[in-house]
Amino acid sequence: MIAAISLLHLISQPFLRNALIAGIAISLLAGLVGYFVVLRAQVFAADALSHAAFTGTLAALAAGVEPRFGLFAATIGVGIAIGLLGNHGRADDVVIGIAFAWVLGLGVLFISLYATGRGAGNGTASTATLFGSIFGLSSGQAQFAAGSAFVLILLLLGIARPLLFASIDEAVAAARDIPVRFLGVVFLGVVGATAAEATQAVGALLLLGLIAAPAGAALLITDRPFVGLAVSGGLATGSTVLGLLVSAQIPRVPPSFAIIAIATAAYMFTWLATTWCRRRG
Amino acid sequence: MTAIVRLENVAAEVGGRRLLSDVDLRVDAGEFVALLGPNGAGKSTLIRMLLGLHPVAAGRITVLDRLPAQARQDVGYLPQRRRFDPDLRVRASDLVRLGLDGNHWGFPLPFKRNRTAAERVSEVIELVAATAFADRPIGELSGGEQQRILIAQALVRRPQLLLLDEPLDSLDLPTQSSIAALLSDICTNQEVSIVMVAHDVNPIMSYLDRIAYLASGKAVVGTPAEVITGPTLSALYGTPIEVLHAADGSLVVVGQPEPPAVHSDRHHSDGHHHEYDRDPRRPHSH
Amino acid sequence: MNSFPSPHLSWNVVTDVRALLEYPFMVQAFRAGLLVAVLAGVVGWFMVLRRQSFAGHTLAVVGFPGATAAVLIGVSSTYGFFAFSVGAAIFISMLPNAGGSRSAESAVVGTVQAFALAFGFLCYTWYGGFATSIGALLFGSFLGITTSQVGALVVVTLLAIGLLAAIGRPLYFATVDPDVALANGVPVQALGTTYLIVLGLTAGAVSQITGALLVFALLVAPAAAAQRISVRPHISLAWSVGLAISIVLISLTLSYYYPYPLGTFVTTIALLTYLIVRVVRR
Repeated sequence: MIAAISLLHLISQPFLRNALIAGIAISLLAGLVGYFVVLRAQVFAADALSHAAFTGTLAALAAGVEPRFGLFAATIGVGIAIGLLGNHGRADDVVIGIAFAWVLGLGVLFISLYATGRGAGNGTASTATLFGSIFGLSSGQAQFAAGSAFVLILLLLGIARPLLFASIDEAVAAARDIPVRFLGVVFLGVVGATAAEATQAVGALLLLGLIAAPAGAALLITDRPFVGLAVSGGLATGSTVLGLLVSAQIPRVPPSFAIIAIATAAYMFTWLATTWCRRRG
Repeated sequence: MTAIVRLENVAAEVGGRRLLSDVDLRVDAGEFVALLGPNGAGKSTLIRMLLGLHPVAAGRITVLDRLPAQARQDVGYLPQRRRFDPDLRVRASDLVRLGLDGNHWGFPLPFKRNRTAAERVSEVIELVAATAFADRPIGELSGGEQQRILIAQALVRRPQLLLLDEPLDSLDLPTQSSIAALLSDICTNQEVSIVMVAHDVNPIMSYLDRIAYLASGKAVVGTPAEVITGPTLSALYGTPIEVLHAADGSLVVVGQPEPPAVHSDRHHSDGHHHEYDRDPRRPHSH
Repeated sequence: MNSFPSPHLSWNVVTDVRALLEYPFMVQAFRAGLLVAVLAGVVGWFMVLRRQSFAGHTLAVVGFPGATAAVLIGVSSTYGFFAFSVGAAIFISMLPNAGGSRSAESAVVGTVQAFALAFGFLCYTWYGGFATSIGALLFGSFLGITTSQVGALVVVTLLAIGLLAAIGRPLYFATVDPDVALANGVPVQALGTTYLIVLGLTAGAVSQITGALLVFALLVAPAAAAQRISVRPHISLAWSVGLAISIVLISLTLSYYYPYPLGTFVTTIALLTYLIVRVVRR
């Protein structure tokens, strides 16, 4: 009873309300996108996009532009670029790895430019970009994040079925007149936009947790693809809501850590449970 | 009677290199035709041309009296492939279902079940005798079981023509013969024509109506008895070749020269390169 | 933009080097940088050959929570990097082989990375101090490297290179052709575990200079470039070490003379090195 009252009290606070509005929409998007990312074995590409998110934000800050502009421009641009180059350079993890270390290196340069420009070296902006600052969202920022996430979810659901076909069975899908390559590019653009969305919630570095963990768990739970898609979205949303409430209740736990820890725990629990079930028959 | 597939003086090029020229081939309804030949002869390229996925360098191809790209709706295709990732957690029946409506935009609504689609899927799964394992994840199935599922997927839209690229590849001998029997059965009972790339003719020999043997940039077309003979193959390759009949009824081709090793017509999209030669018809070249 | 005077390159090598080595902190940085470069060149060479670059990246990322946890309990971040990277190496090698399923494995690796970074962030917020900046742990710094840190790097470098020298030949065999090596009595599994531990040590060491997130550049780029230069193992191994040393030395020098971060120089020069080699040796 007391817990329920304090919960109500918590939610009435604007910082948590904004965080919930943005967090629910963003994590639903990340969970849905993540299912396809894991199915298509593109976790490495998603990782790369999180690096681009970091560098894009700081480049915009260093240039004195609205950071969200740099964020979305960098992630969607890099996502589409990977999609266009992907067919040729896919196997070469070495090039991708070195190039993305360089992207991060550039990001560090922008931190220092930004810090010298402001005369402040405490790196708050970079920490917020890397690890998120969802409790710091204004109501306008939260509404923008939720609205854009909603549009992206609609776009993803619109291409869900042919994308699934192309992910599992590329050659046959191409012979069925599915624009496999085009879908791949659009999808990586959506992954890029998702990275930008998630950067506002859990931060660029923790994006993988919201993309990989719920999807990994969903793929263990069910082998029906569209059920799995729903489970993945649900797990991501659940982790975020729970994580935000825990963090609001225990201020010593930062929200991004709470969200990622819960998503990781859900994945581990699923893994243990499914392994145990399979052992027993 | 209209031809399902008609090739007239067709030439094929890959990367500016001419692989084949002057190929003439006609496939009628319900016929079972095999494309044979060494690696790099242009078999898979020919299949891709029949799908309209590879340009025709010269000559004319019609599929169901249409341009190949416009006939794809009525063609089932089974590409040469790797096996599915053992961890791919998608049911075999979902894969077949994607063959039916996977190109529709959007996603299936959970509360709106499409009964006719579901019935067609289970019908075609039964046809290929895959009902027992259709609800298991595709990655857990054996090679032969996966091949049955993929044939079901190719068949699910009631095509008039099946294009199969090495469907017997890397299967053991008993599985090869059971899949071959299934294909022949589909051919006769479902009125579907099959054009199939094969590396080894023996498992399908008794079911075939015709063979197109591709080598040295040319093609010889005829019944198995006409094509797989010493004189025909010798003329095709330009070196003396003998065809021996083994005690078990299978054929052994002796003296076949090595195929040009510099080029492979296999698609690289499947991420697999077979550098080695698995041709059982070529045990001793000397 | 800078109000304080900064040193300028005179392009007279003797003067410049003398100016560089005037300050003890630069001498320490060069010592540590050399050790790290040798280590990265050798260990990275095997890593690229074994196609374990993603594992190397993960081990380095796991070092980050180690470092922040160490700072939180008041120990040098050096020990945290080593303890967590090596611990993660042992843990990964104990996991049952996933059977080559790419999708499941990458989901696990992605989750582990994200959780490690989140945990590191938690420790950092609890620490709340300013002595060690989160930027230095993630992106590297050459300032304030202590004598004891260099000492630890010497021990680790000797240990790692000694181990690799002892197992080098069978490890090479096991990497190139595991099946035949196993048939010839090479303990492929044990070698893999040993190598992964060496890789953990190296990731921990390289993190001190490049930071946890940029380890990849120094481990992969010199080795990948060297393997394009020569197919002979000894020669390409020597190239790998040579390139790694050049990258580190040039980066340290540049970041002394220009007010930009070390990580930017290391990653940029590493990328350029690799691209040039790729274009020249097509």
